[in-house]
Amino acid sequence: MLRNALRNLLAHKLRLLLSGAAVVLGVAFIAGTLTFTDTLNRTFTSLFEDTSADVNITPKAAFETGLAGTGVTSSESSVPESMVAEVAEVDGVALAAGFVQAEGVYLLDRDGEPVGTGGAPGIGTSWAETDEQLGIATMVEGEPPVGRAEIAIDTNTAEKTGYGVGDRAAVLTPGPRLVAEVVGVFKFGDDGGTAGAAITAFDLPTAQEVMLEPGQLSGISVISEDDVSDDVVADRISDVVGSGYDVKTRAEQVEDGAAALEEELSFINTFLLVFAGVALFVGSFLILNTFSMLIAQRTRELALMRALGASRRQITTEVLVEALLLGLAGATSGLAVGFGLAYALKALFGQIGLTLDGSLRLTVDAVVWSYIVGVVVTVLAAYLPARRAARVSPVAAMRADLVTHSKPLRTRTLIGVALSVVGVAALLAVTLPEEGSGLLLALGAACLLLAAITLSPVLAVPFVRFVGVLLPRLAGKTGHLARENALRNPRRTAATSSALMVGLALITGFSIIGASARASVDELVDDALAADYVVSTAIDQPFSPDLADDLREIEGVESVTQERYGVALVEGEQDFFVAYDPATIEQALNVEMASGDVQGMAGNGVLVYESVAEDRGFVIGDELEFVMPNGESAALVVGGLLDDNAPIGPYVMSLETYDSTGGVAVDRSLYVDVADGIDAAAVKAEIASAVDAFPIVDLKDAEQFKDEQRGQVDQMLMLINALLVLSVLIAALGVVNTLVLSVIERTRELGLLRALGMSRRQVRRLVRLESVVISLYGAVLGLGLGIVLGFTLIRFLRADGLTETAVPMLQLVLFLVLGGVIGVIAAALPARRAGRLKVLDAIATE
Amino acid sequence: MTTVEQDMSEPRTTGQVAARCEGLRKVYGEGETEVVALDAVTVAFAKGRFTAIMGPSGSGKSTLMHVMAGLDEATAGQTWIGETELTTLGDKGLTRMRRDMVGFVFQSFNLVPTLSALENITLPMDIAGRKPDTAWLDTVIDTVGLRSRLSHRPAELSGGQQQRVACARALASRPEIIFADEPTGNLDSHSGSDVLAFLRMSVRTMGQTVVMVTHDPVAASYADRVLFLADGRIVDEMADPTADRVLERMKAFDPASAKEA
Ligand SMILES: Nc1ncnc2c1ncn2[C@@H]1O[C@H](COP(=O)(O)OP(=O)(O)OP(=O)(O)O)[C@@H](O)[C@H]1O
Ligand SMILES: [Mg+2]
Repeated sequence: MLRNALRNLLAHKLRLLLSGAAVVLGVAFIAGTLTFTDTLNRTFTSLFEDTSADVNITPKAAFETGLAGTGVTSSESSVPESMVAEVAEVDGVALAAGFVQAEGVYLLDRDGEPVGTGGAPGIGTSWAETDEQLGIATMVEGEPPVGRAEIAIDTNTAEKTGYGVGDRAAVLTPGPRLVAEVVGVFKFGDDGGTAGAAITAFDLPTAQEVMLEPGQLSGISVISEDDVSDDVVADRISDVVGSGYDVKTRAEQVEDGAAALEEELSFINTFLLVFAGVALFVGSFLILNTFSMLIAQRTRELALMRALGASRRQITTEVLVEALLLGLAGATSGLAVGFGLAYALKALFGQIGLTLDGSLRLTVDAVVWSYIVGVVVTVLAAYLPARRAARVSPVAAMRADLVTHSKPLRTRTLIGVALSVVGVAALLAVTLPEEGSGLLLALGAACLLLAAITLSPVLAVPFVRFVGVLLPRLAGKTGHLARENALRNPRRTAATSSALMVGLALITGFSIIGASARASVDELVDDALAADYVVSTAIDQPFSPDLADDLREIEGVESVTQERYGVALVEGEQDFFVAYDPATIEQALNVEMASGDVQGMAGNGVLVYESVAEDRGFVIGDELEFVMPNGESAALVVGGLLDDNAPIGPYVMSLETYDSTGGVAVDRSLYVDVADGIDAAAVKAEIASAVDAFPIVDLKDAEQFKDEQRGQVDQMLMLINALLVLSVLIAALGVVNTLVLSVIERTRELGLLRALGMSRRQVRRLVRLESVVISLYGAVLGLGLGIVLGFTLIRFLRADGLTETAVPMLQLVLFLVLGGVIGVIAAALPARRAGRLKVLDAIATE
Repeated sequence: MTTVEQDMSEPRTTGQVAARCEGLRKVYGEGETEVVALDAVTVAFAKGRFTAIMGPSGSGKSTLMHVMAGLDEATAGQTWIGETELTTLGDKGLTRMRRDMVGFVFQSFNLVPTLSALENITLPMDIAGRKPDTAWLDTVIDTVGLRSRLSHRPAELSGGQQQRVACARALASRPEIIFADEPTGNLDSHSGSDVLAFLRMSVRTMGQTVVMVTHDPVAASYADRVLFLADGRIVDEMADPTADRVLERMKAFDPASAKEA
């Protein structure tokens, strides 16, 4: 049986190639997605694994802020340097060294631009002896820095800037601006990966001076003796330093870091998971589709075997063994191709500034899913049509003019309609992001997608008829034949276009959301911005408050409003807050209030989103307890309720409160208001030159600010679209595959047409037109589905600030055209093949 | 319309040639596997005549038709349809030739399954972008007797009906010559004789030229002339055949050829 199956596979090389290609494509899509997701995750977790000391001592945070990073965000308080000696005395401690680490330290490149602000922070650190012993960082060139005039940089940054040992470079810190000599280049972690962050190292005193305070440390790293476990050492240290500090072993640090990251990356993970689902779906579909066609083609051959005495079982078994072999081979190559895809994606991400350091790794997940889909789906895909083929009576199947008797589509229609009703009902029920509403959304979307797939063959007939009316007019008989071919087997037309439909539905949905997000941003900025200029970094990095002071000095500047923010436990629940100076906030932003006045934030007042207040039962006049990460707390009085669409929230407090509770003195944004009736251009020039002294921040007027905000939306969309383009690409290859198969299937018919005088060009055009019609069908269905899903999602996201609904008409039209173009491109190969058929061969083909 | 009259009146009187070949040779394969399918065949098919080609299986009948119809290339020698030499034409020229000058009827799979009977009949003209001559089309359809079946798809027609549609298609564009390779090979004798009678009538009353390959002496008896092929050569011919005489000839001929080989 095995030998027979093998021989059969090899006997039809092209067929083997095509069906194999379907499996490879499908599996590659899945393996690629899973491998990539893994890399993305590991890029961040490996940061923790490689870079943790055996035991770490840090000031105790009042609560886990859930903010990722290396503890910098919550280092509002510090560890006294004197503690290092105490810790070093503890039994089992081999080495203890204090370190200082903070965000907001930027190395400037030769053009004076900060390095790596494209999406990752600039981090400053002290160089500790322990680092090298722990493998956190290894000096690969030069010496550790000593004194204010020396720094060391990480290998990535050295590569990006071209700085080497001996070069002089400027560094921006939360404190003064330094110019120092690069004396060392170090490798961070095992593989030098920093997730895109630029790291600048100083000696400890300098680090303390520019990032903290002399005599203070961000924490202490400890190397334990080899014969004592980290847990024991940590316990002993805890006893010495007391309860005010967190003492964590390496394992605990990694765990905490990963947990915090998981939360931060949950969006991207969810997206990738959804995407893997789409991959699974598209891949399976492709395989199923191809195999149904193959078996249908082989019906006659199988019937001959039946006529020669083969039992039904034998036929199905043979087909299954063939499918199994093919599935195994396809899954294996698919895995390899998928790995390549992941590699390409990684490079793509690198291009747009998201450096992924985690090396690609074959995960168990990727392998298991690849084989499950490759083998199981292939076997299943072969089994269903094989069973059908085995049931055909030998004589009937031997008829020369075998027609595929398609079952009526009535059951399908009923199921499809039922699914759409459920889907639409679920989507209509989605209103606010209430509990369970996300589930309802997913259910509705899934139902609609399934409904579209189920109904696709039913809708194909009227669609092709409708579009097809034009074809004979455009291309005469060729057009007529192309239309009839597309109509010949609506199931196949639908199946061919389905992958395309799914891809385009996703792209359409996301571009509607994207356009709406951009429109919402515009609207928001227009409504909210009262100031003339905004000063901030591209990615919300903190910067020195000196700038605000400098700007206030400029004549014609009416007010400069600083924005700072953080997290706090508000009556026991963690949330974000923003802080402004109440005296100038109204010149900076238009804050819409649901009740009360903006000035309710003054002193120890606080403003709360109306919906949050409602949820938690706060009313104006209530006193709320805010606990900061550093353990300080404040009792704030609710002074007003913010409209839920207000630009700031959920909690707004005064700068005074922020400072008095030990908030870090760094600004996140400045809103600059210029006096009326003065020379605006001159003032702007002066502001610009002041801002220029701080290379990490940019000056933006309302229009530029909008651009920047839109840019963030665009970048995210680009990421999403890059992945989706992959799905459309795979779908297009699927169309190619199906078309080649159908050309082979119709070899005799095409030969007949050639015999009757059809020219090569006409034959090619025939195949191309059919392909375009099928692709357009997929595109139209996809657009429709995408629009529905997009609109629903917008409704769902309304409360999250997606207030506007915009339909990017031009883009949608472009997608439709894209559908047609994919049709033309996909047809190139099969059309060539069809055109080159030798007339006689075609007639002789069985 | 003058051309129509010419087509119909000319051939029988002038004895002009619709297609011919000279020194035609066709070799398949190379070296060890070389097969000489046609060996120095010279033959002419007169306009307005019905010619049958007979011979043992593998004697080269199909090959001869394919090469003469421009479906396949000759290894050596020349072929003409009307005044045009096929052996000098490229693919474009051959395609045009097949479209405008030649009609085909194969043993099976003659029709495009997605098209109705009528659409199949007019297909060659549609491909060429020509309007069918409706009067002529009506004549052909009535002669084939398929008027009630015109909107049916091939799958809904019997084998005999399908072959008649194929014949009607070959006739509809009024080609110079029709080649039919065992057109009745798949049919019972009743449907077969329908098709044969139809072919003969198209020759007698419409002035069509038909060349037909067959194994059936009865079928051959419908023709004006029978050519006998063996081992790629024309070994005999017979004018105004009857089934008995053809059968007689075949009987004598089978063992002889076996001995030769
Ligand atoms: N494509 C080919 N490749 C190799 N040899 C071929 C090919 N086609 C035909 N032949 C050989 O050429 C010879 C003539 O074949 P042809 O098909 O013309 O015979 P035929 O007279 O039509 O036979 P039948 O009555 O069985 O249809 C045979 O020996 C055949 O094996
Ligand atoms: Mg033959």
